[in-house]
Amino acid sequence: MKYEKPLRAVLHILCLLPFAWILWQLWLMFNYQPHQLTANPFQYINQYTGDWTIRILLASLAVTPLRKLTKKNWLIKWRRPLGLYAFFYGLLHLGNYVVLDHFFDWTVIWQDLVKRPAMTFGMLALFLMVPLAVTSTKKMIRRLGRSWPRLHRLVYPIAILAVIHNIMMVKADLRQPLIHLSILLLLLGYRIYVKYRPRLVKRLSFS
Amino acid sequence: KFQNLEAQQNFAPGEKPTPYQAVTTYNNFYEFGTGKDDPAKNAHTLRPRPWTVEVGGHVEKPGAYDVDDLIRDSHLEDRIYRHRCVEAWSMVIPWVGIPLADLIKRFEPTSKAKYVRFETLEDREQMPGQRRRVMNWPYVEGLTMAEAMNPLTLMAVGLYGEVLPNQNGAPIRLVVPWKYGFKGIKSIVRIDFVDRQPLNSWQELAPHEYGFYANVDPTVDHPRWSQAKERRIGEFFRRDTLPFNGYAEDVAHLYAGMDPKKLY
Repeated sequence: MKYEKPLRAVLHILCLLPFAWILWQLWLMFNYQPHQLTANPFQYINQYTGDWTIRILLASLAVTPLRKLTKKNWLIKWRRPLGLYAFFYGLLHLGNYVVLDHFFDWTVIWQDLVKRPAMTFGMLALFLMVPLAVTSTKKMIRRLGRSWPRLHRLVYPIAILAVIHNIMMVKADLRQPLIHLSILLLLLGYRIYVKYRPRLVKRLSFS
Repeated sequence: KFQNLEAQQNFAPGEKPTPYQAVTTYNNFYEFGTGKDDPAKNAHTLRPRPWTVEVGGHVEKPGAYDVDDLIRDSHLEDRIYRHRCVEAWSMVIPWVGIPLADLIKRFEPTSKAKYVRFETLEDREQMPGQRRRVMNWPYVEGLTMAEAMNPLTLMAVGLYGEVLPNQNGAPIRLVVPWKYGFKGIKSIVRIDFVDRQPLNSWQELAPHEYGFYANVDPTVDHPRWSQAKERRIGEFFRRDTLPFNGYAEDVAHLYAGMDPKKLY
């Protein structure tokens, strides 16, 4: 497909745009220019990086359904970069929380981890992304063989934990997290449908 | 902007007021959207003049009071207070206001009045955020009579010596500096003197997270975050949150013998 390469470049640019935007806004802030980070940039960046982690994570889960429905097999090449970008924004999210927001206040961070389920889910989701990022190279795919797909099924609990974390952290306005949840359910529902359809068809034809 | 302004009273001595720009662009006012910068962007639709406040319930002098009459007939005070949001950020704000006790004395509540109940304007045209049912409109808050009569409790009508901007609760709002910010109900249209504890909006929405008293207490965590420290807007390091937001001397006696765990 002749558009394959330029489309992948567009994908990379799209995934880097939110990061570039934050850097630009920070530059404006440090130069005392009007910026969008509000009077509380720590809180703003926290929400912003968290939202982008989930959006890109959901996009990575959309690759397979999209590939099957459009029958464009080259789309599979989008899965790894999307997964890694989701991890990248997740690390920014965690970095902002640990370094900028709480400045290595381990007491508070530990309390959050053990006492507050919303925080536990978020940190667990990010922690589970580490082995997936580490085993994303061609070499690791080859080395792990048949256990690689099994390991990477971890993305399902990761996405579920991330979306639950998102819903639980919001005070009242659930609009956006519920959009995330609907997309997640749609993407998971597609997989369940694909997996159980043959059995269903069989049973129906026998009856 | 105000003629009858009295001398400044600083209840946050040694602390630098948060810049006007931050005070007026970062706050919660869900009637104009749930983002922190939404109120400043959307509150231009509010028409704060003319404005009447209905006073009712157990009072000798109920009625509709024009906000400018209330301001003209009062001693306005310039007061610098710490402001602590339940979300663990804080500011120092120079308010202009009328001590609530002065107003209450004018309305002459009867002995049946045990609580004061406040209500925000409900008007989808002026408050576009109310088109979505984020919470039950109108916003409701309440205080015990003793809290309402405490000299610290202020009905703010301005900040930084100027008329209150729409996004900060124009034309008249409550300021209770030892409580979390959500107790400071904005754009008030009704004040009722009642005998039963009012159900305030955030308590109605999430009773296990937000109570009636909402006193600032570093030892009682919010279920989803610690209240031990706070981010003062404009500062990098978090600072320790003080019991009653640093106003314990003035208000701790109001809660003598009460279980602090129930005062969240």
